[in-house]
Amino acid sequence: MTRFILRRILQTLLVLLVMSFVIYSLIGLMPGDPIDIMVASNPNIAPEVAATLRKLYGLDQPLILRYWRWLSAALSGDLGYSRTHSQPVLTILLPALWQTCKLLISSFTISVILSFALGIAAARKPGGWIDGLISLGAFAGISVPVFWLALMMILVFAVELHWFPASGIANVGDGSFRDQFVHLVMPVTTLALATTGGFTRFVRASMIEVLRLDLVRTARAKGASETRVVLIHAFRNALIPVVTVMALSFGVLFNGALLTETMFAQPGMGKMIYDAILGNDFNLALSGLLFATLVTLLSNLAADLAYGWLDPRIALQ
Amino acid sequence: MSRTEVAVSPGRLRWRRFLRHRAGVSSLAVLAALILFALSAFVMRRFGFDPDATDLFARFDPPSRLHWLGTDEAGRDELIRLMVGGQMSLLVGLLATCIGGVVGLIIGVCAGYFGGRLDAVLMRFTDGMIALPLLPLLIVLGAVDLTKLGFSREFAHSGAAGFWRIIVIIAIVDWTAIARLVRAATIAIKERDFVRAARASGAGPAYVMVSHVLPNVATPIIVAFTLTVGRVILFESVLSFLGFGIVPPTPSWGNMLNNAQELVTSAPALAIYPGLLIFVTVIAVNFLGDGLQHAFDPRSER
Repeated sequence: MTRFILRRILQTLLVLLVMSFVIYSLIGLMPGDPIDIMVASNPNIAPEVAATLRKLYGLDQPLILRYWRWLSAALSGDLGYSRTHSQPVLTILLPALWQTCKLLISSFTISVILSFALGIAAARKPGGWIDGLISLGAFAGISVPVFWLALMMILVFAVELHWFPASGIANVGDGSFRDQFVHLVMPVTTLALATTGGFTRFVRASMIEVLRLDLVRTARAKGASETRVVLIHAFRNALIPVVTVMALSFGVLFNGALLTETMFAQPGMGKMIYDAILGNDFNLALSGLLFATLVTLLSNLAADLAYGWLDPRIALQ
Repeated sequence: MSRTEVAVSPGRLRWRRFLRHRAGVSSLAVLAALILFALSAFVMRRFGFDPDATDLFARFDPPSRLHWLGTDEAGRDELIRLMVGGQMSLLVGLLATCIGGVVGLIIGVCAGYFGGRLDAVLMRFTDGMIALPLLPLLIVLGAVDLTKLGFSREFAHSGAAGFWRIIVIIAIVDWTAIARLVRAATIAIKERDFVRAARASGAGPAYVMVSHVLPNVATPIIVAFTLTVGRVILFESVLSFLGFGIVPPTPSWGNMLNNAQELVTSAPALAIYPGLLIFVTVIAVNFLGDGLQHAFDPRSER
C-alpha cells in the first residue's frame, strides 16, 4: 500500500514536471515577449537597448535553459512578478484560489447530493416516467453551454426579476456574510446545474448495474426492506465507480468554474488565468495554469486512493 | 408463417433496436432539421440576404418582414447569420472530431496491440491529458502566435487560419476518450482465435490492425465519436465566445454571443437564439449517441 501511494505520488510529480515544460513552451509561443510590451508602452526605447535588455533578462537564450532557470526559481518559491497587477504572483494567486475553492466546493457538494438523489430515483425503475424525466434533465445538463446558462440566469434572475446581483462578490462598503452569500448564489447554481447532469447519469448507470447483482436478490430474500436494499446494500456498491468518476471530473468542473467566474465577474482562478492570457501577463498565466493542473492531479490521486480504500478487493500495486 | 423464420441481418437488427429508442430517433430528425437550417443559407443568399451586410440605421431592429428575426448590433440580419454560424459550428464539430478520432484511433490501437512498454507510455500520456483542465489549455493554444511557429503573417491573420486553428487545437486535446476505448477493445480482440490465426499465417501488425482489429472495434467508436461531436461543438462555442475561436466577421454560434453580456439588457433575444441552437444541437447529438449505444449493445434492455 505504501509503495503504491509513493509510486502514484512520484507519477503525479512527473506529470506535473512534464506539464510545466509544455505550458512554459506554450506561453512562450503567445504573441510578443515582455520586452516587446515594454517597447509598445514606450516607443522611445532604441532597438539596441531592447536587445540589451533581452540579453540581460536571458530572453535570447534557448528555451530549455530559460525553462531550467524558471524551474529552479519556482522551486525555491519565486514565481515571479505579475505584470498587470504589479505584485508578486503568489499574493494574487492565493486569494483567487480561495475564491475558486468556495465556488467549486459549494457547487460540487450541491451537485453530488442532487445527483445521488436523482440517480437513485431514476435507477429504481429504468424506463419509467421518472427515469425519463430525470434522464432528460441530465442530458440537458451535459449539453448546455455553461456560459450561455450563466447568461440566461443573469437575464432571468438579475435583469428581469432583480433577485440576485449579476456580477462581483460583494457590494462596495458592505461585504457582510449575507452580501457575499447573495453574490455566490447564481454562480454556484449555474455550475451545480451544469455538473449535476453528468453525475446523475453515472449514479444512475452504476445503480442499475448493481441492482441486477445477486447481492441485491439475496438482501431482498432475507426480507430487507426496499429502502434498506436500495440505500444500504445497492448504493454502497454503486458508490465505488461513482466516487472515482466524480473525483476525475475535477478538470471538467474547473472548465465550468473558469466560465462562471468570467460570466459573473468573480475574481477566482479561472477569471485570473483568462485575464492573464488576454493581458499578456506571462508569469501569472503560467503559475495559474500550473496550479490548476496541480489541483486536478491531486484530486485524481485522491480518487485513486479512495478507490482502493472503498473496495478492498482491488489489490493496489 | 411466423416472422421469426425470416433471417435478419445484424445491421437491420440494430436499426430496429435504434428505431425503438424514441429519443434517438427524434434527435436524428432534429439534427437533420438543423443541418437543413444551416444549409438553407445558400438559398437565402440567392434572395439577397447577406450575413455581412451591415446597416447602422437598423441596429437591434425587431423582427420584421425584411429581417425575420430582427437585426444585430451592426444591423446585420440575425437569421442568415444564425444559418451561416450553424455551418461553422457543425463543420468544426465534425472536422475536429474526425481528426481527433484518427489520433485517438492510432494511439489506442497501437497501445492495445503492442502492449508492454509502449502501452504504458501511451496510456500514462493519455491519463495525463485527461487530468488536465482543458479549457485553460485550449485558451493558451488559441492565443499562440502562429508567426512564431513559422507561418506567414498573412496566413496567421486570415479567417482560414482561425478556422483551422480551432479545429487543430480541439483535435490535439480531445482524442483521449476514443484512445482509451479503442485500446480496451483492441486488447479484448487481439487474443481471439481469428486474430491469432491471421498472425500465425504471417500477417504483419499493420495488416492485422487494419483488417481484423479495426472493423471489430467500430461499434464503440461510433458511439464515442457521436458524443465527442457534442463536446467539440461546446468547446468551439466557448472558445469563439471568449474570442479565441472563429474570428468575426465570420459568424459562429459562439462568437455571435461575444458581447452577449451587454445584449442581455439591450436585446435579450440576440443573447438567446445562438445559445439555444447550440443547446438543441448538442442535446440532440448526445441523445443520438445514447440511441446508438442502445442499438449496438444487446445487453441494454429498456
